[in-house]
Amino acid sequence: MKFDQPAGINPIDRGRVIGIPHDRIDGAAKVTGTAPYAYERHDAAPNAAYGWIVGSAIAKGRIAAMDLRAAEGAPGVLGVVTHANAGKLGKGSMNTAPLLGGPQIDHYEQAVALVIADTFENARDAAKLVRIDYVADAGKYDLAAESIRGVMPPDSFGSPADSKVGDFDSGFAAAAVTVDQRYTTPDHSHAMMEPHATTAAWNGDRLTLWTSNQMIDWGVGEVAKTLGIPRANVRLVSPYIGGGFGSKLFVRADAVLAALGAKRVGRPVKVAIARHQIPNNTTHRPATIQRIRIGADKHGLIDAIGHEVWSGDLPGGGPETAAMQTRLLYRGPNRMTAHRLVTLNLPEGNAMRAPGEAVGLLALEVAMDELAEACGVDPVELRIRNDVQYDPEAGPQRPFSSRKLVECLRAGADRFGWAKRNPKPGQVRDGRWLVGMGVAAAFRNNVAMKSGARIGVDGAGRVIVETDMTDIGTGSYTIIGQTAAEMLGVTLDQVTVRLGDSRFPASAGSGGQWGANSSTAGVYAAAMALRAMLAEKAGYPADQAQFDDGLVKLGNQSQTLASLAGREGLWAEDSIDFGDLDKRYAQATFGAHFCEVGVDIDTAEIRIRRMGGAFAAGRILNPKSARSQVIGAMTMGVGAALMEALDVDTRFGFFVNHDMAEYLVPVHADIPPQDVLFIEELDDKSSPMKAKGVGELGICGAGAAVANAIYNATGIRLRDYPLTIDKLLKAQAA
Amino acid sequence: MKSFTYERATSVQAAAKAAASVQGARFIAGGTNLLDLMKLQIETPTHLIDVNHLGLDRIEETPEGGLRIGALVRNTDLAADKRVRRDYAVLSRALVAGASGQLRNKATTGGNLLQRTRCPYFYDTRMPCNKRQPGSGCGAMQGMSRSLAILGVSDACIAQHPSDMAVAMRLLDSAVDTIDANGATRSIPIADFHLLPGDTPQRETLLKPGEMITAVTLPKPIGGAHVYRKVRDRASYAFALVSVAAVFGKDGTARFAFGGIGAKPWRVAAADAAAKQGPKAVAEAALTGARTTHHNDFKKLLVERTLASLYRQQEARA
Ligand SMILES: Cc1cc2nc3c(=O)[nH]c(=O)nc-3n(C[C@H](O)[C@H](O)[C@H](O)COP(=O)(O)OP(=O)(O)OC[C@H]3O[C@@H](n4cnc5c(N)ncnc54)[C@H](O)[C@@H]3O)c2cc1C
Ligand code: SF4
Repeated sequence: MKFDQPAGINPIDRGRVIGIPHDRIDGAAKVTGTAPYAYERHDAAPNAAYGWIVGSAIAKGRIAAMDLRAAEGAPGVLGVVTHANAGKLGKGSMNTAPLLGGPQIDHYEQAVALVIADTFENARDAAKLVRIDYVADAGKYDLAAESIRGVMPPDSFGSPADSKVGDFDSGFAAAAVTVDQRYTTPDHSHAMMEPHATTAAWNGDRLTLWTSNQMIDWGVGEVAKTLGIPRANVRLVSPYIGGGFGSKLFVRADAVLAALGAKRVGRPVKVAIARHQIPNNTTHRPATIQRIRIGADKHGLIDAIGHEVWSGDLPGGGPETAAMQTRLLYRGPNRMTAHRLVTLNLPEGNAMRAPGEAVGLLALEVAMDELAEACGVDPVELRIRNDVQYDPEAGPQRPFSSRKLVECLRAGADRFGWAKRNPKPGQVRDGRWLVGMGVAAAFRNNVAMKSGARIGVDGAGRVIVETDMTDIGTGSYTIIGQTAAEMLGVTLDQVTVRLGDSRFPASAGSGGQWGANSSTAGVYAAAMALRAMLAEKAGYPADQAQFDDGLVKLGNQSQTLASLAGREGLWAEDSIDFGDLDKRYAQATFGAHFCEVGVDIDTAEIRIRRMGGAFAAGRILNPKSARSQVIGAMTMGVGAALMEALDVDTRFGFFVNHDMAEYLVPVHADIPPQDVLFIEELDDKSSPMKAKGVGELGICGAGAAVANAIYNATGIRLRDYPLTIDKLLKAQAA
Repeated sequence: MKSFTYERATSVQAAAKAAASVQGARFIAGGTNLLDLMKLQIETPTHLIDVNHLGLDRIEETPEGGLRIGALVRNTDLAADKRVRRDYAVLSRALVAGASGQLRNKATTGGNLLQRTRCPYFYDTRMPCNKRQPGSGCGAMQGMSRSLAILGVSDACIAQHPSDMAVAMRLLDSAVDTIDANGATRSIPIADFHLLPGDTPQRETLLKPGEMITAVTLPKPIGGAHVYRKVRDRASYAFALVSVAAVFGKDGTARFAFGGIGAKPWRVAAADAAAKQGPKAVAEAALTGARTTHHNDFKKLLVERTLASLYRQQEARA
């Protein structure tokens, strides 16, 4: 189905199953431990041996010699895979460094060997016996020091690295009020619960990978390319995923090495990347340095806005696109954005939940707070004044498909009690706490991706959906089931949803918050085809048939789905293919975050007291799981504001705090009650579902609201994330 | 993790004997620290002696009016004990400020005293570390040292002692009771129990090879207002940047012990003596000889501020 015109009224608008809060249909399996994850596929590969990855001890250089004898002779060892015996390997187009390193070493902890043994313990033990002589080269690990050598990177996702509208320099120079500040954000680790893990088995030249991957169709292609085998010989199965946040968008060392290991030892092999290896072996969100300049008139109306970003990656890698939202969020005739990419020999940077916006807004939305103060305008009001209903770079001919930022700001402010905020910082005391409130806008671009599905009715009238879409904890099973139920007029418990298998039609996958809208639109397309088939079988005109209560109806005639499907069942397959509506209209999701913090007057300990937000993201398919997504993302925003940081050792070129005891993410005690309001919105230009993504919107701006609240509480403006006790104390003392 | 043999000791004496006679033997209690270190091969014992079933899990009153805490009493049970909560509240508070509920259910009194540093270079076997591999250098000193110690450190090592429990025990002048292979027992004042790194950061306590902790003895209660304040990067489940254990007397006297800043649980007589002069003076006395890096120099100010906060709370109560 081609989607190139705005959606009209369609069966989804009935809203009997869609838009109603539902428990996850996979919830019981997950909480009872019966949902099998990739490393637990004893059912599928009962004979699996265990692989343990050996990671490079240097960040840059090469392997001079490897001695495998001790490892190979250790108890239970079945084989060792290295670059020397793995055969010629390709590199996935989405990987920057090879997943099996050697002789060249590209980053610390890059996999250089897989030791396979009969037990996990034997494999891990023997891995320590692999002797490697390295020749280390000098590398570059310090973003700040290297930033002068930044170059303009190629386009990312079709967007150029730089943009210019009007005359920024003159506009900024002439502005009555200006803000010109530098902000930094550190490297972040995804820190999802389930590590990267794969069980691999060969059947002749056919490979099956039970793995933990967000993007099945990409994954199939990348595995085929890396191993040099036909796509058709690769099957990926990933029905349950314990979180990904972008780190599982790409095939990683677990998958490739499990496949190579299984080949080498002639039996299935499973590999998990150990927790302490994850931060340096896999991808991370790159650190940024950002400069923001905003010029406005004395009422806060923006005349010039500029955002420059420096980030680093391995040679051949890409930038953190942190200035992208600045092209779209606020008005202003004179504009510039620029991304500069620096070569660093740290582990590979890549997407993490809301790449670009998540850290871009940590800077932009603090700069807006600074502008509000400089103009003496309330920060909520300042954002409302600078709202723009069209793409401000392209002009009024490219309006937003829907944009309810102002509604979010107003409704959110109301619910939060924003009016009680004292605009003068450092004034409000509650016992040992200095109390402050902050606001930030939330913005995340909406992306739609082609997505396919197969849908059928079996002889019992049960509806079955199959698509390679993944559920990374987000609730895809449930919204896909809801969509099928709505389209075919059955209840959710009459639908079976099967996901995450490359034998199913290729979907949008889970990434960039495009999954929910795109994959359900794909199910919509397939369901429209099935409805036509069912109507035809019933002898009803397809455009007049009604689908209710398990019946296909025309006037007062009706036939059951079961009888129409017959014993064989009836199946349809289609995909949704998006036209150029996203070119004609800017499509994005919006929101407003509010936060109240307390800062200890003596120790500078920071505690969040309340958080609230209002969000407009098109039709909310399942308000229950959408809320979970948003509060989870707000929590991650708190992490980015207050504690998350991979510490770079610029001598050895690695992330030092590479386990969960040292890389801190928020715990329950850090997170107060969180209030989430969804503003009603249907976006008929986004898809037939009229939905947009919501999985990333919640992190966008959340941390800036925290930062602004800290400023309101203390009068201290910190611009280097995370905002920790030591920085607050030093700023106070200065 | 290297292969190892395992035995369940049948008596305290037999455990100590076995530990001395088998080269590379180790006791295992809750295993929450030892097993993590074994998985990374930071520790590679050849033989484990399980001391969990020896009846060392009781808290008994001593003839002197104190408490004798068996070495295998779990952190959770110790924190919840009525007598501890009433008479040694600082200990109870320190315990619940540590780790997480699950870990405290496993963690033992003896194991907690002996837990090893959280220096990240100690945890990565590819990095230089004098404590893990004597003579290999210190990865942290010129690297990331934000969490590390500023007192009692040496040119060889600046690791912090991470325990919360031990800080309160230091404040309370506890003693560590041990038994050795010959059945000889001794009682080591906690002030002497942990060693400073000097040139031998791999040596962390006075314990001789095979010597086993049987109990920690608390002297009789000292009264006063007991507080434990732990400042860290998140609200729970993180090691201290700075912690202060304190007992305030009615007459303005007080005693203090510090965590997160020392190579061992830190206590200085001069700090107690300065109690009446207020937090600044106490901090100054406590921090005498501090040696900082540019990552952890904030700890000096944070000690003072944490003390100020405690004084403020005391005044509010008075
Ligand atoms: C993620 C994490 C967070 C943590 N956070 C904190 C925190 O915030 N604050 C804090 O204080 N602690 C914290 N801890 C540490 C925790 O308190 C210790 O791991 C625990 O107390 C160790 O006790 P155990 O009984 O498990 O010791 P084990 O691991 O069994 O043993 C530790 C050492 O003591 C030796 N040993 C044990 N018993 C005896 C004995 N009776 N005689 C002689 N030697 C003995 C062992 O041989 C071993 O060398 C944390 C731990 C983890 C994993
Ligand atoms: S501070 Fe001590 S534990 Fe840390 S690296 Fe240096 S020697 Fe090792």
